[in-house]
Amino acid sequence: MCAMKPVPGDSPETGGQDSAARGSQTRDFNPPHWKDQGWKAVLTPEEIRRALSRVAHEVLERNHGGEDVVLLGIPTRGVPLAGRLAGRIAEFEGEPVAHGSLDVTMYRDDLRLRPARALQRTEIPPDGIDGKTVVLVDDVLYSGRTIRAALEALNDLGRPRSVQLAVLVDRGHRELPIRADYVGKNLPTAHREVVRVLLAETDGEDSVLLGDRIQPDNAEGADNAAGANNADDAAQETPEGNAR
Amino acid sequence: MSTQYLIKGARIAAVANEANPANEANPANEANPANSGKDPDVGASRPADILITDGVITSVGDSLTAGGAQVIDAAGLIALPGLVDLHTHLREPGREDAETVETGTRAAALGGFTAVHAMANTEPVADTAGVVEQVWRLGQQAGYVDVRPVGAVTIGLNGKNLAELGAMADSAARVTVFSDDGHSVSDPLLMRRALEYVKAFGGVIAQHAQEPRLTEGAQLNEGEVASRLGLAGWPAAAEEAIIARDCLLAAHTGSRLHVCHVSTAGSVEIIRWAKSKGWQVTAEVTPHHLLLTDDLAENYDTFFKVNPPLRTKSDVEALRQGLADGTIDAVATDHAPHPVEAKETEWAEAAMGMTGLETALRVVQLAMVDTGLLDWAGVADRMSVRPARIGRVPGHGHPIAPGRPANITLYDADASREVVDPAAHASKSRNSPFRGMELPGKVHATFLRGVPTVLDGKPALGGKPVLDGKAMA
Amino acid sequence: MNRHLISAGDLTREEAVLILDTAAELASVSDRPIRKLPTLRGRTVVNLFYEDSTRTRTSFEAAAKRLSADVINFSAKGSSVAKGESLKDTALTLEAMGSDAIVIRHPASGAPHRLAGWVSGSVINAGDGTHEHPTQALLDAFTMRERLRGPDERGAGLDGVQVTIVGDVLHSRVARSNVLLLTTLGAEVTLVAPPTLMPFAVGTWPVKISYDLDAELSKSDVIMMLRVQQERMTAAYFPSVREYRRRYGLDTGRMALLPEHAIVMHPGPMNRGVEIAADVADSARSTIVAQVANGVTVRMAVLYLLLGGAEENS
Repeated sequence: MCAMKPVPGDSPETGGQDSAARGSQTRDFNPPHWKDQGWKAVLTPEEIRRALSRVAHEVLERNHGGEDVVLLGIPTRGVPLAGRLAGRIAEFEGEPVAHGSLDVTMYRDDLRLRPARALQRTEIPPDGIDGKTVVLVDDVLYSGRTIRAALEALNDLGRPRSVQLAVLVDRGHRELPIRADYVGKNLPTAHREVVRVLLAETDGEDSVLLGDRIQPDNAEGADNAAGANNADDAAQETPEGNAR
Repeated sequence: MSTQYLIKGARIAAVANEANPANEANPANEANPANSGKDPDVGASRPADILITDGVITSVGDSLTAGGAQVIDAAGLIALPGLVDLHTHLREPGREDAETVETGTRAAALGGFTAVHAMANTEPVADTAGVVEQVWRLGQQAGYVDVRPVGAVTIGLNGKNLAELGAMADSAARVTVFSDDGHSVSDPLLMRRALEYVKAFGGVIAQHAQEPRLTEGAQLNEGEVASRLGLAGWPAAAEEAIIARDCLLAAHTGSRLHVCHVSTAGSVEIIRWAKSKGWQVTAEVTPHHLLLTDDLAENYDTFFKVNPPLRTKSDVEALRQGLADGTIDAVATDHAPHPVEAKETEWAEAAMGMTGLETALRVVQLAMVDTGLLDWAGVADRMSVRPARIGRVPGHGHPIAPGRPANITLYDADASREVVDPAAHASKSRNSPFRGMELPGKVHATFLRGVPTVLDGKPALGGKPVLDGKAMA
Repeated sequence: MNRHLISAGDLTREEAVLILDTAAELASVSDRPIRKLPTLRGRTVVNLFYEDSTRTRTSFEAAAKRLSADVINFSAKGSSVAKGESLKDTALTLEAMGSDAIVIRHPASGAPHRLAGWVSGSVINAGDGTHEHPTQALLDAFTMRERLRGPDERGAGLDGVQVTIVGDVLHSRVARSNVLLLTTLGAEVTLVAPPTLMPFAVGTWPVKISYDLDAELSKSDVIMMLRVQQERMTAAYFPSVREYRRRYGLDTGRMALLPEHAIVMHPGPMNRGVEIAADVADSARSTIVAQVANGVTVRMAVLYLLLGGAEENS
């Protein structure tokens, strides 16, 4: 069948080990570290941790607590981020907060540009989203198209009272009227630059990397070092694929 | 004024046994040195010249000259006695959309044939003197080959009532071979009667061996491929059972039996056994059954749908061996043209059959000569001498020797391999299973009683029919 | 062939698992208030059914519509086909009308192969003669995985699962597709039937053969009953329905001999009381109803994977 290969590295919210093992198809050797490939770290693990704590507080403050809040992470890396935010919020409030995942593949506007992608998990908490405040969680906000797709997906799932957006990194270059309510770090970038988020759950470490589109040993921008690309990043890098 | 042709430098295929219509002796008893030689060069002479005068071979030797003769340069070519096909479908009358006597015989001449037996399953069926005479005349008018109409065994091929076999034998068409081909004469009593009846006039029943109850709706050889493809199987036993029965009947009645298109290893063994008993059984095999196997049907390409079906590799090997050792007497094309729409359908709907006149000799070269199983003398025997004998065809199947009618085929066995392109065939139909395949060899010229029907690989008649050795003006 | 789904044997293990995983994700769509995804909006799926089959046709129709595709139903009765139009001409007509996918069910084995040569869209085989029925095998495998490994299972095949298929294997396209797909997914297949209903060359298939149903019951994780047509009796495949039922029917007595976790499957339509007793068909072990629901989900997955992205350049 055509178009049937699962996009490499798309392992849903399994732990870091699984995806590290499965992340790259060509991985049976010691891959070079991203440091040796020209990537620059723009957020350290410490900074990521603090940013997430701040965002958790902001969510609670804005929504007057976590009671009617539902965090939905957008696969791949939005999911562990949503999990971490949910953990922080539970810590601060002493109460658990509903969280899950929302796969938007079927709603993307760029499906015809590449072979059909494998679907990721959608898990909506048992109380659903009707009347709730849904906070979408994603790692990078770029063109805004993924969020548009997420809004459409939410629409078919129910009727939230309101929808907010939390991202770890906002790199600018919006193509749609979409904005984030909670931002871990604003990172102005040029189009030709590439932003990669690594998370312990999926990639074995926490980092936000910035690099140029064509890197040595990094022609595809995928399948190497400390993190396999996720589908979103891959879309970022194609000339026409402004999927965000 | 004489018409003369001088063929120079051809290697003449040896012919040990003469076709002899009056001889009722069992071919299996005759000494038969003209078979199986490993070296294709053995069986054909060193280059010689052939002089043809007014349709007859007048001289064979070295460095012949003849003023006024048209010279045909045959250096490097093999001279075979004109090929005789025991089994062809010319489709006329009734299915002229697929082929006519004219286009079919032109195709035959291009394949090196000088005589063909036209099967009776036309519309109307050739079961009366009237229809066979019509076919015979059409053949004469076209002038490419001698058309020997085959008479149906039963009226309308119904398998129940004998047709007027005697009337057909006595007609201007002088029918000798009778066959319900397309259908089997499956009723054992009827087959017995037919075998007995034709003894009166030296006829022979040519049986299409297929037990109908075992092959209802059958599509492809019953085997691994058919099971996988979900196509109803055509078991080998359905052919072998009829052949065994008919051999026993032929022995019991003292009659001649000819088996059409043998396709299984088991059939070859049964025929070998019958011949060893001295029974008057002859058999033919098609070129496609010498080369192709059932796995070609993988993609449901209907160009490989034929009756009897393509079988397995071990069947192909047994058929080749049988042809090589003379158990199988003849190669017969079973040329079965079909219009495009009859093949451009799902497998179950598609017509069965393959064209074969224009590719026959090339396929035989590939399957038998180039593999060392048969030499050119053997080819002459299986494709001219024995078929002429079985069909009692006067004037054909003779050695290339002075005094004989000049029915000659010049064949270039060393021609560079060419891809088969059915669109370039003279046949009206394009359903050749060899399309796209490379085959060796090329028919260079064909002479029917001294008149070239094919020269330089192209039809030569230009509309002039051949009668008594002279192209009619 | 890679833009078509014509034979279960064309799928690699990776592709087959991808279909199952995709179907698992799509399963929840049926439970939503809005049972639609916009993914195939603007695409046209044609159901070209030369055989009556309300069940399969509506399953494909539902699947296509849930993905927002347009569906055109073309059935043989009362159409130009009944008036003798050839498959080729029908294909060219559909092609001229613009079909992204043609789902074809046809009584002649190999019809989808031929169709694929005449159209530029995707061809999905919904059952051709006695050859194959790949989406049936996929929904069967999906059902097995869901019941035996759990609905959250992803990325896994059916390794080590013992599947016993019972009935008229000779004429069954469902059996052929299942044998191919289950083997690809790592399951072990045993075929049980009277000798007259086994394919001639079944010895070359990657399966075990048995003529004795009782001997296979305790070893089976899955038992799949095939429909047996009454017409086979007149063609002397077996002497009577009674004898067939006695030797090869799954009744409550035989069901009790199955391991506890084992499931009973049937592609439908059933002959209650012949190959399967009514009580067995309605028991908790039976997945027959679930198979129907899973059929829609699996067909959604197939349509999405064939039509939902760009075509690969082959």
